[in-house]
Amino acid sequence: MTDLVYLSPPTLDEAVRAFAAAQGAARILAGGTDLLVQMRLGTVRPGTVIDIKKIAEMTSIEETADGGWRVGAAVSGAALADHPRFGTVWPGVLEAVNLIGSKQVQGRASAGGNLCNASPAGDSVPAMVAAGAVVTVQGPNGRREIAVEAVPAGPGRTNLAPGEIVVSFTLPPRPANSGDAYLRMIPRTEMDIAVVGVGVSLTLSFGVCTAARIGLGAVAPTVLLVADAAAALVGSSLEDAAVEAAAAACRAACKPINDKRGTIVYRTKAAGVLLKRAVAIAAERARNA
Amino acid sequence: MNAIDNKWIGARTIRPDGADKVTGRATYSADTAMAGMIWGKVLRSPHPHAIIRSIDTSKAAALPGVKAVVTGKDFVHFPLDKPVALGIQDMRWMSRNVMAREKALFHGHPVAAVAATTEEIAAAACALIEVEYDVLPHAIEIDDALADGAPILHDAMTFEGKPSNIAGRMEIKLGDAAAGFGEADVIVERSFTTRPVHQGYIEPHSCLVSVAADGKATIFSSSQGQFMVRAMTALLTGIPQSSIRAVPAEIGGGFGAKTIIYLEPLATVLSRKSGRPVKMAMTREEVFRASGPTSGSKSTVKIGATKDGRIVAAQGTFYLQAGCLPGAPLRGAVGCSFAPYNIPNVLSVGFDVVSNRSKVAAYRAPGAPIGAFAVECVLDEVAEALKMDPLELRLKNAAREGTKASYGPVFPRIGFVETIEAALAHPHSQAPLGQFQGRGVASGFWYNAGGESSAQVNITEDGNIVVTTGHPDVGGSRAAIANVTAELFGIDHGRVSVLIGDTSSIGYSNLTGGSRVTFASAMVVTQSSEKVITDLRTRAAKIWKIDPEAVTWQDGEAIPAGENAGKFPALTLKDLAAKASETGGPIGAGVQLNTTGAEGGFATHVCDVEVDVDLGIVRVLRYTSFQDVGKALHPDYVEGQMQGGVAQGIGWALSEEYLYDRQGRVDNASFLDYRMPVCSDLPMLDTVMIEIPNPKHPQGVRGVGEVPLVPPLAAIANAVYNALGKRFYSLPMSPPRVLEVLEG
Amino acid sequence: MAKIHVSTTINGEPTEFLAAPQQSVLDVLRNTLGLTGTKEGCATGDCGACSILLDGTLVCACLVLAPEIEGKQIDTIEGMATGDQLHPLQQKFLERAALQCGICTPGVLIAARALLERNPDPTESEVRFGLAGNLCRCTGYDKIVRAVLEVAADMKEAAR
Repeated sequence: MTDLVYLSPPTLDEAVRAFAAAQGAARILAGGTDLLVQMRLGTVRPGTVIDIKKIAEMTSIEETADGGWRVGAAVSGAALADHPRFGTVWPGVLEAVNLIGSKQVQGRASAGGNLCNASPAGDSVPAMVAAGAVVTVQGPNGRREIAVEAVPAGPGRTNLAPGEIVVSFTLPPRPANSGDAYLRMIPRTEMDIAVVGVGVSLTLSFGVCTAARIGLGAVAPTVLLVADAAAALVGSSLEDAAVEAAAAACRAACKPINDKRGTIVYRTKAAGVLLKRAVAIAAERARNA
Repeated sequence: MNAIDNKWIGARTIRPDGADKVTGRATYSADTAMAGMIWGKVLRSPHPHAIIRSIDTSKAAALPGVKAVVTGKDFVHFPLDKPVALGIQDMRWMSRNVMAREKALFHGHPVAAVAATTEEIAAAACALIEVEYDVLPHAIEIDDALADGAPILHDAMTFEGKPSNIAGRMEIKLGDAAAGFGEADVIVERSFTTRPVHQGYIEPHSCLVSVAADGKATIFSSSQGQFMVRAMTALLTGIPQSSIRAVPAEIGGGFGAKTIIYLEPLATVLSRKSGRPVKMAMTREEVFRASGPTSGSKSTVKIGATKDGRIVAAQGTFYLQAGCLPGAPLRGAVGCSFAPYNIPNVLSVGFDVVSNRSKVAAYRAPGAPIGAFAVECVLDEVAEALKMDPLELRLKNAAREGTKASYGPVFPRIGFVETIEAALAHPHSQAPLGQFQGRGVASGFWYNAGGESSAQVNITEDGNIVVTTGHPDVGGSRAAIANVTAELFGIDHGRVSVLIGDTSSIGYSNLTGGSRVTFASAMVVTQSSEKVITDLRTRAAKIWKIDPEAVTWQDGEAIPAGENAGKFPALTLKDLAAKASETGGPIGAGVQLNTTGAEGGFATHVCDVEVDVDLGIVRVLRYTSFQDVGKALHPDYVEGQMQGGVAQGIGWALSEEYLYDRQGRVDNASFLDYRMPVCSDLPMLDTVMIEIPNPKHPQGVRGVGEVPLVPPLAAIANAVYNALGKRFYSLPMSPPRVLEVLEG
Repeated sequence: MAKIHVSTTINGEPTEFLAAPQQSVLDVLRNTLGLTGTKEGCATGDCGACSILLDGTLVCACLVLAPEIEGKQIDTIEGMATGDQLHPLQQKFLERAALQCGICTPGVLIAARALLERNPDPTESEVRFGLAGNLCRCTGYDKIVRAVLEVAADMKEAAR
C-alpha cells in the first residue's frame, strides 16, 4: 500500500520546490472538493498532496492600488462572500464562485481549484473570463501572468508548465457603469454541474455598451471567450437585435457533446437563452453602478 | 373504536427515538463496531453480461492482512428449477443477486468478497482476484430485451414456449373489456414510459456480523425487517435460524429497498471463515450500481367513457423491468391502477422483463405509481374530451363502499370520495394561475397490508410501561405506538417506552413494508395492552377481595366499578406494580398475530407547476395532497409520510432516472448526477388528512406510507399539460425533453 | 504506513489523533474517535450528511483530509447541545417532527445552525438554499424548513 505524503508549506517558494521535486506525482490541494473525490474514486492517485492554504498570498483578497482586485487562488467561496466589498464590485464573479457546489462545498472550493480542475463546466471560469481576469502563475522558472482563458487546455488538462502553481487572479479596475453576471443552467436549483454557464461583463456609457466580454462554459472542451458575442454588444444600446446577435454568436461558438448532463441541441439553445438573461442582469447592474 | 376525546391518540408527541437522533447518538449499522472487527469488500463484475469461467482467489488470499475470501460456491446452492419462496422473494434469485454464480448479470454484480484487517487491504485484495469471463452481448432497455435475437439472460426461461426475457405475466379481469368499449362514446388510448428510479435512502447498506466459534451468528444491520435478515441469511448460508440473532439497528431510510439483503450473507460467511467479526458497507456508487431501483416501464392504457362521464371499460398493458432476475412489481401496476374507480369492465395485464440491470427492489407502493401515471394521465384526456372537470370525472366514477374492485374484493367503508370532495373544496383548486403555470390532479390507491406481528407489553417494577415490537421504525411508528399505549392505559405518554426487539427477544414480525407496520403493530399492542389491563384489574380485585368484573380501569388506575363493588381507594399502575409479587408475579403480556383487515388507502393530489419555456425547466409551485388516513395516531408522522412520498414523486416526474452508457454501465451513479430533489427545488408540501376510520382496526388505522407516491407522476404531468398545452408521455420531464416537446 | 500526528479541537475539547494522510476527517471522526454522529451518505460531498463546522465554516467532513485540521476547531453534532440543554434547533426538530429516519438529521442541524449564525432572520427561500447541500429523502423538507424558520422567529422574539 503506497502512502500519501501530505505537505503544507508556509511559503510559495517551498510549495513550488516541493511540487517540482515530486515530478508530476504531486497534486495541489486547495479546497479539495474535486481532488478528494477523484482520490476516493481512484481516478487520481497522487504520491504527494501539497496543501497551499497556509500560504498567505494564496488565501488573501486584496483591493489593489489601481482599484483592481487580487484574489488568492485558494480563497474559498465562503471567504470571498464574507469580503465586505468584493461582491459589490464583481457580483457576477462572486455568484459564480459560490455556485460551485453546495454551501458545504463553498466553504472549501476555490476559483483556483475550479480553474485547475479544468472541467469545461467549472462555474467560476466563465465569470472570470468575462471579468478579464489574469492569472499569476509561479513555477520553477519564476512567475508569469496569463489570461484566465488561456489556462484550460481541454477536459482535465491545463496549459500550465510542469511544476507551475496558480497563485492568484487579478481582476482589472472597474470603470463606472460596469456590471457583471453569471448564470448557469442546471436541472435542479442547486447541487448540479452546469449544463451551460454564461458569464457576462459589460460597461455602459450613456446607455451605450462600450465594452463587453462573454465567457461560455460547458459547451466545448474548454471554457470559451466569445469575442463575436461581445462584438455584437459593443456599440449597441443592448437593444433586442444586438442581444439576439450576441446570443446567436454564443450558439455558433458552441461545440458541445451529448452526455449524461445535456444534449448538443439543448446546450446550444440554452447558451443563447442564458446569454440574454445574463446580459440583462449585467446591464441592470451597470446602470446602477 | 376509541372515544373521540383521545388524549394521546392524535397528539403530536415527541418521538421516543428523537433525542438520540438529534444528538447523533442513534446507532445505525454503520455506527457499530466490535472487538477484533475486520472489513469486508465486494469484487463486482466489470461486465453487464458474462459467463464466469473461473475465479482464482489465491493471490488475494495470500495478501498480508487478508483473512477470508468467498465466492458463489461458499453459499447454499439453489437450483434454477426449484422455487424456494420467502414472502414475495424467491431464493433462487436472491442467492444469485447477492453473489453471482453461473453468470454475471449486470455491471456491478458481486462475484467475490474479501475480509481483511483494513478496508484498503480488502479493496487491494479484490483487485488481485482473477476472474475469467466469457463476455456476452447485453440488453439494458425493455425493447432491447424483447427484440428478436436479444441476448437471453436465463437459458431455462421461456415464454409462450420460446426462450425469452419475459419472466412472468399477470392478469386481472373484470367483466368484458372489449364489450365495454363498445358502449363508450369517448375512448382514449395512450402509451407511456417511465425510467428506473432509485429509492434514494441516504444511508448506504451496511452490516456488522459476528459468527462466534460455536457457530452462532449475530447480525447488526439496518433493514426493514430483522426477521427477514435472519431468514434470508439462514437460507443463503445454511445456518439455522435459531443460531442467528439479527439486531435491528436504526435504519437510515429504506422505502422498500431494505426489504431484501445484499451484504449480510457475505459478511456472515466471511466471518465464519475468518473467525472475526466482519463489517461491510456499500459506497454510494455501489448503492446506485448494485442495489435495487424500481422498474422502468412501458405501458399502454385505454379508457372508454360514456358522454355523461361514466367509465365503462379500461384496459392496461404494463411491461416492467425486473432487473437481471425475475420479480418486477407487477401487482402494483396491474392491480392498483384501476382500483380507485368503479369500472365494470377491466383487463389489466403485466409482464416481468429481465435485462442486464441490477435486480429491482420494492419502492414505496411498488409498481403502483407506474400504472397510475398512465391511467391518471389518460383520465385527464378523457375528462378533456368530455369537457368535464377532471376531479368531477373522478368523483363520478369513484370507488366507494360496496364497489367491486377490479383486483377482486368488494370495498368496505373507504374514503376515496372524501379525498376528491376535499380537493374540490380546497382553496388550492380555485387559486389563480399565471402565464406558463398549470394545475394538474391525479388520484391513487395502494392495497396496504396486514400480516404477522408480535408485541410484548411489560409493566416495569416501578409502574411504567415498556413496549417491544418486532418492526424497524422507518418513519415514526414508535411514536404512534407510544401514543396508543398511553391512551389505552390512561397514563402520561412520558411513562411509555417503545423499543424494537431483535429476533431473539420478540416473536416473529414480518417486514416493515406495504404500509403495514402502524396498522399491524397498533393491533398487537392493543391486544397485548388489553390483556395487561385485564390482569391489572384481576390483581386489584385480588387485593380488594372482590370480583374482577367489579373493577374498572380508568385514567391509569383500577377503581371499583360502581357503588356495589365496594369502596376502595384507587390502585394506580405504580401501586399494582409494587404489589406484583404478592398478586401473581411480573405483569406483562404479548400477542402474536397474523393481522388482517388492512384495507386500501386512497389519495387525491393537486399540483401547480410553472415552466421556464425557454429552458424547459418545470418547477412545482404548490402541492396539496388529500388522503384518507383512517386514523392518524400521530399526525406529524402521517403528514411526514404524505410529504415524503410527494417529494419522491416530484423527483421521479422531473429529474430522476438511471442513465446507462453503451457498455451497459450506470453512468450517473452518484447523488451529483442522480438528481433527487434538494431543499430549494420544492415548495411547502401541504397535506389534508381525511380520517375515515378503518372499521377493521381497533383505532381505525389505515396504512398511509405508500399511497403518497402513487398520484404525483400524473398530477405533475397533467399540470405541465395545463401550463403548456402539450402532453408528456415519458418521464422524467427533464429540461431537454420538455424543450423537445415544446418545439414539436 | 507512516501516520501523521494531528492536534485539533473538537467540540471545544483538545483532541489528538494519528491518521494516515489520505484519511478524511469523516473517517477519523467515525472510525478513530468514535464520533459516529457525523454520518456518511456518499463520501463525495454530494449529500451533506457529514456536515461539520471547520473554524466556524460549514464543510463536508468527507472532503477534508485529516492532516488539514491541525490546529483548527471542529464542531460536530455531538457538541451541539450544551450540557443537558438541547440547542434550540435540536429541540424544535423534535417538537415539529422535522426528522423521520434521522440519518440526515445531524448534518441538517449543523447546516441549519451555520445558516442561522450567518443569517438570523432568513426567508423561506434562504433557508431552502442554505440547506440545499443536505439531502433528505424522508421528509420532503417541509417540516425541516418550518422548524428552522420557527427557530429564527423565536430568536428574533427573544432578542426583543
